[in-house]
Amino acid sequence: MSFLIGERMTGGYGPVDILHECTLAVGKGEIAVIVGPNGAGKSTAMKAVFGMLNLRAGQVRLGDMDITGLSPQDRVALGMAFVPQTHNIFTSMTVEENLEMGAFLRRDDIRPTLQLVYDLFPVLRDKRRQAAGELSGGQRQQVAVGRALMTRPKVLMLDEPTAGVSPIVMDELLDRIVEVARSGISILMVEQNARQALSIADKGYVLVQGANRFTDTGAALLANPEVRRTFLGG
Amino acid sequence: MDVLNALVLLMNYVIIPATSYGAQLALGGLGVTLVYGILRFSNFAHGDTMAFGTTITILVTWWFQSMGVNFGVLPTALLALPFGIAATAALVLLTDRGVYRFYRKKRVAPVFMVIVSTGVMFVMNGLTRFIIGVGDQNFADGARFLVTASQFKAWSGLEEGLAIRVTTALTIATALVVVAALFWFLRTTRTGKSMRAFSDNEDLALLSGISPDKVVRVTWLLVGALATIAGVLYGLDKSFKPFNYFQLLLPIFAAAVVGGLGNPLGAIAGGFVVAFSEVTVTYAWKKVLSYLLPPGLVPGGLVQLLSTDYKFAVSFAILVVVLLFRPTGLFNGKSL
Repeated sequence: MSFLIGERMTGGYGPVDILHECTLAVGKGEIAVIVGPNGAGKSTAMKAVFGMLNLRAGQVRLGDMDITGLSPQDRVALGMAFVPQTHNIFTSMTVEENLEMGAFLRRDDIRPTLQLVYDLFPVLRDKRRQAAGELSGGQRQQVAVGRALMTRPKVLMLDEPTAGVSPIVMDELLDRIVEVARSGISILMVEQNARQALSIADKGYVLVQGANRFTDTGAALLANPEVRRTFLGG
Repeated sequence: MDVLNALVLLMNYVIIPATSYGAQLALGGLGVTLVYGILRFSNFAHGDTMAFGTTITILVTWWFQSMGVNFGVLPTALLALPFGIAATAALVLLTDRGVYRFYRKKRVAPVFMVIVSTGVMFVMNGLTRFIIGVGDQNFADGARFLVTASQFKAWSGLEEGLAIRVTTALTIATALVVVAALFWFLRTTRTGKSMRAFSDNEDLALLSGISPDKVVRVTWLLVGALATIAGVLYGLDKSFKPFNYFQLLLPIFAAAVVGGLGNPLGAIAGGFVVAFSEVTVTYAWKKVLSYLLPPGLVPGGLVQLLSTDYKFAVSFAILVVVLLFRPTGLFNGKSL
C-alpha cells in the first residue's frame, strides 16, 4: 500500500499537457526515484504531486486522504516537505535560522529536531552561525534538506538533490538520504545520476515524455537490459 | 585656538545638522527599504505617508495644547506621536487592502507597482493638503536649546558658539532607539525572521509555511510607524510643509539606494552619506578657512560649492553615480 500516490496525473503549466496519465507512488519509509531523459517531465511530475501545477485529470492521495485540491502550504501542514532544485535556501540567513524557518509552523520545542539534523549533517553544526549563502554547493544542499526535515515530514520530496555537487559529496548525500528513509520518512526524488539513485531506490520510475515507460524496483530496473541500453548507457 | 574655533564652527553648521538630517533620512530610508525588500517595489508614496503621519500628529498636538497638556521640556508632539502612528498604520493597511493587494494577487511586474504607488502618492498628497492645508505649520514647543551658543561661548571662551537644539538631540536619540528596536525585531523575533526569510526567498518561505498575508501586514505596520516618526522628527527640526515632504522622497530614495535597496543597515549608512554630502556641498566654507589658513590665503568668495536651492541635485547625482557604478549599493542590496 503506497503512502503517497499521484495517480494518472495529466496536466501542464499552460494549455499544453506535459504529464500524460503519469503515476508515481511511494510507500512508508521507502525511497522512490524518478529518472528519465531531459525534458521527460520529471520535475513537473514532482511539482504536480506537491500541488504546484494544475491537474486536468488524476488525483493525489496522502494516506487515505485526497489532497488533489490542496495548496502546497496546506500540504506542508499535512506532513509533506519539498526541496526545490534551485533557490532552496535563505542565502542571507544563518544555517540555524534556515533550519528554524523550516520549523516555522511548529509551536513545540524544535531543539530535538535541530539536534537530529545536526547529527545527520555534522558540518552544519560547525557552520550554524554562518550565512547559508557562503557555504559550498554540497553544504547548501545539506541545509536545504535539513530545512525540509525540520517540519518533521512524513514524506520528503527532493528535486535533484545532487545537482552541481562533486561525486564524493553526491555519494555522501545519497547515504544520508538512505538514513533519513530508514527513520520512517518516505522519499520521492528526481535524480540525474540514474545509476546511483536506482541502486538505493526501493522503487524506480522511468518517465519519457511525461508518461511512465518503466516502473519496477530499483534493482530490477538496473538489471533490465532495455533500461540499461536506453537510459543507463549500456 | 583657531583650529578649535574652526572645529566648533564645523560642528555647529555641518556635523550636528547633517547628523540630525541623516538620522531623519535613515528612518525614511528604512521604510522605503522594507517595502522594497519585502513587497518588492519602490514606494513613491513614502514621502506623502510621512506627511500624512505628521499631519495627524500635529492635529493631536494642537488638541493636547488646547487642553493644556504638555510634555515639559520635550515637545508635546512626542505624546501625540502614537496617535499619528496608529492613524498612518491604518491608512497604509487600508491602502494595501484596497489597492496594492489587487495588483499583488495578479503578480504584476514591479514597475507596475511603482506606477500604482505614484497614484497612491497623489491621493495621499491631496488627503494631507485637504486636512491641514498647503502652508507651513510650526508645532514644536518645549525647551528650544539643550546648550545655547552664548552658554557655550561663556563656558569655552571660544569665539565660535555651539548650539545644540532639543529637537536635534531628540532626533538622534529617537533614531537610535527606533533603529535598535527594529534590528532587534528583525534579528531575534519569529515574525521578524519570517520577514527576512520572505524577503530573501519568497517561494521557499511559502514552502516553509510562512503566511505572506501576515508578513505584508506587519511590514506595513512598521512602515507606517517609521514614516510617522521620521516625518515628525523632520517637522520638529525644520517645519512642516506638505510639499517639502514630497521633495524629501528624492534624498530618501538616494539614501536607500546608496546603502543597497532591501538592506536595512544600508539605508542607515545611506542616510548619513546623503545628508553629509548635501550639507558639506551646500555649506559656505569661507569662515572655516579663515580660521585655518594664513590671512593672505583666505579666499574672497564664500567657497560654497552649490547654492542650497540646488541641494536636491546632490541626492540626484549620488543616485545616478550609484546606479551607474554600483547598482547593489554599498551593502549589497538587491539590484534594481
